[in-house]
Amino acid sequence: MEFNVPILQLGKLLITTLQFDLSDQQVVCFQRDIVQEVSTRDAQGIVIDISALDVVDSFMARVINDTARAVKLVGAEVVVCGVQPYVAMTLVEMGRNLFNVETTFNLEQGIDKLKQLTHTRY
Amino acid sequence: MSHESSVKITLSNVDDIVSMRRSARDFAKRMGFGLADQTRLATAVSELARNVIQYAGSGSGEMNDLSTLARLIMRVQISDQGPGIEDIDQAMLEGYTSGNGLGAGLPGCERLSDHFLIESEPGVGTCVVMEIHADR
Repeated sequence: MEFNVPILQLGKLLITTLQFDLSDQQVVCFQRDIVQEVSTRDAQGIVIDISALDVVDSFMARVINDTARAVKLVGAEVVVCGVQPYVAMTLVEMGRNLFNVETTFNLEQGIDKLKQLTHTRY
Repeated sequence: MSHESSVKITLSNVDDIVSMRRSARDFAKRMGFGLADQTRLATAVSELARNVIQYAGSGSGEMNDLSTLARLIMRVQISDQGPGIEDIDQAMLEGYTSGNGLGAGLPGCERLSDHFLIESEPGVGTCVVMEIHADR
């Protein structure tokens, strides 16, 4: 089952979104595509919007953490934005340190955060 | 009652994890649980269904409405005929993982539930019963 990750470019920054419940297969595609795009487009950072996700289990949390680590390894920064309030509460209830990435409330703050992290000028 | 009071789901591949948690959420929603309860339930069910696929390969899930006049009670039973768990106490430890997870799965599910029971016998299988409760 192929699946194309939508990635928008804003200067040296990329924006992507997780829009629906991904299957495990799609999650792996997501991870691979993100790291590849960051690398080939020579991006300085990427914002991942997860406001459409109504469930983030420990597997999904790990996928996001691992993606962030891989993106950092190729030399870019990652910010995750739009964690739903109930998802946040559930993640906290489930355990400490499940989510080990920079987060912001919304996309706009996510971009601002990335700019801070990368000192990009537009 | 305006909805089915029992729903069964077969877990046989990774895509069933998503359908299992979706039907669990829908079931809870129909019963009248709020968004916070729906979310913690769907998350716990997702963890448990993933364990089944990862360790046993296949299994099944069953959801039941056991509500009383005063309380909403939803029970989910997830079972498999997989290898079982040698040491349940160890599996319930924070940070312990035998696979490639974060080790937050089982203890996390317990914290997300209002009632949680796990039984397992090596070579026979594993059965987890969890419930979420809410006042009407």
